[in-house]
Amino acid sequence: MQTKRTIFPNKLLPYILLAPQLAVTLIFFIWPAMQAVKSSFEREDPFGFKTTFIWFDNYKRLFADPSYINAAGNTFVFAISVTVFSMSLSLLLAVAVNRVLRTNRLYTTLLVWPYAVAPVVVGILWWFMFNPSIGIAPYLLRGLGVSWNHRIDGSQAMLLVIIAASWKQISYNFLFFVAGLQSVPQSLTEAAAIDGAGPFKRFWTIVFPLLSPTTFFLLIVNINYAMFDTFGIIDATTAGGPAQATNILVYKVYADGFLGLNIGSSAAQSVVLMLIVIVLTAIQFRYVERRVQY
Amino acid sequence: MVENRPFLSFLTHLVLIIGVVLVAFPVYLAFVASTHGEGDFLSGLVPLWPGPHLIENYRLMLTEGISTAGAPPLWIMLSNSLIIAIIIAVGKIAISLLSAYAIVFFKFRFRLIAFWIIFITLMLPVEVRIIPTFKVVADLGLLNSYVGLTLPLIASATATFLFRQFFLTIPDELMEAARVDGAGPMKFFRDILLPLSRTNIAALFVILFIYGWVQYLWPMLVTTDSRYYTVVMGIKRLAATADAEPRWHLVMAAVTLAMLPPVLVVIFMQRLFIKGLVETEK
Repeated sequence: MQTKRTIFPNKLLPYILLAPQLAVTLIFFIWPAMQAVKSSFEREDPFGFKTTFIWFDNYKRLFADPSYINAAGNTFVFAISVTVFSMSLSLLLAVAVNRVLRTNRLYTTLLVWPYAVAPVVVGILWWFMFNPSIGIAPYLLRGLGVSWNHRIDGSQAMLLVIIAASWKQISYNFLFFVAGLQSVPQSLTEAAAIDGAGPFKRFWTIVFPLLSPTTFFLLIVNINYAMFDTFGIIDATTAGGPAQATNILVYKVYADGFLGLNIGSSAAQSVVLMLIVIVLTAIQFRYVERRVQY
Repeated sequence: MVENRPFLSFLTHLVLIIGVVLVAFPVYLAFVASTHGEGDFLSGLVPLWPGPHLIENYRLMLTEGISTAGAPPLWIMLSNSLIIAIIIAVGKIAISLLSAYAIVFFKFRFRLIAFWIIFITLMLPVEVRIIPTFKVVADLGLLNSYVGLTLPLIASATATFLFRQFFLTIPDELMEAARVDGAGPMKFFRDILLPLSRTNIAALFVILFIYGWVQYLWPMLVTTDSRYYTVVMGIKRLAATADAEPRWHLVMAAVTLAMLPPVLVVIFMQRLFIKGLVETEK
């Protein structure tokens, strides 16, 4: 690993400098993670007197559990929808901002602030808008002949959490797309224009392919976001309901462990989630390394 | 722009205006709701224009809160959020600066291992290891305390990497010159490295302040004492009044107040915010 040509000769000092970071990491990250792995292989009797080592029973039971399979399916639908929905909207807005000259700072300011809104607050905002008794959205939908009640209808509930989660992520994707668009060389689009390519053709044949590193990066980040950072949104809008229709994996870990007090199963779920994060992070870092070479 | 196409320009602005409205509308509705009185929500539709009860609602929430929902006055929760967000941001920056300094400017035995231990934190978000982490904090007796609220969140791989990248770009000559002049490692750190890192620290502070402010799951788990509630988790308690319809005007006043500080930070420090966001994610 890279370091400086000359370094300080102190032997003890670097350990002291690293101590606070390592202490926090070991106590609050590594140790709990190891505990999760350990208790995922154990079963605790109902009174908590003794624990027995049961190999992969928790995992076997988990993957045979229809409600877990259901949560995994929900997570998949949710993550893909949020990613696609939010990224395409952000790309559209980023391309638009990139076209305007004088007002682009203003538009950027007006589009980026939702980043700072807490997920649970986002959940409450949309829950309020779609509230079946007083919300504005159900009122308008009634005019179109749609009866909205996400407390009963599972697919409507899913739609609601997707919309809320996408809304929150627009500003983030937007900023990265704008940065990506600015790094596309003007000369290329100008050359294409001289050759007679219209704006849409230019976008699809030149700009969009050159944007693919940004798009790929955002793809991973968004899947990560939808899977792990949307706990507050789910908790505030639907709490996983109705009838488990919006229960996603990260919410289920919490619900099973804290509300259901099923430690073994919750620990096994934690371990599965950790493996997913590890895979996503690995993909992200491999890609970042590649990008550095260019 | 490559060529002048009036229709396309019109379309561009249209898209942007629709986008801005779409982004702002839910927040506008919340604000409007917070300016109305109790009875205005009985008609079956949310009001669309601001009402006359703005000051009264906000004063009530800030000074008294809703005791029936177990929510303390908002000013307590807001100051808790502020304290926690600042501790988290400053703490993360401080320990990351130190560890990045150790990793870049020293050679020692377990350098690579230390780097990897820090790296691993990236892969273990709180949401994934809640129960064992909760247990550790409970065993240490840190429930219902600022330490318990902040310390477990303070390790930061992204901040460490950011400072590491930045330190690597600092010319070796600078350090050699400092050493020739007789500066020890801590003097070099304080008088040369810290001033050079100023912009990075500021940009990171903006991002981490927001990160600390929006924490929800963790404060919800480790606080049962309302003196330590943060505003973001307190709101959920306000809104979740079991069967009764929530008192919308008051909930939305709380929502507006909870959103305001971090949103203002983003708007007024936009340049630093964008720098921080783009660089921490690399």
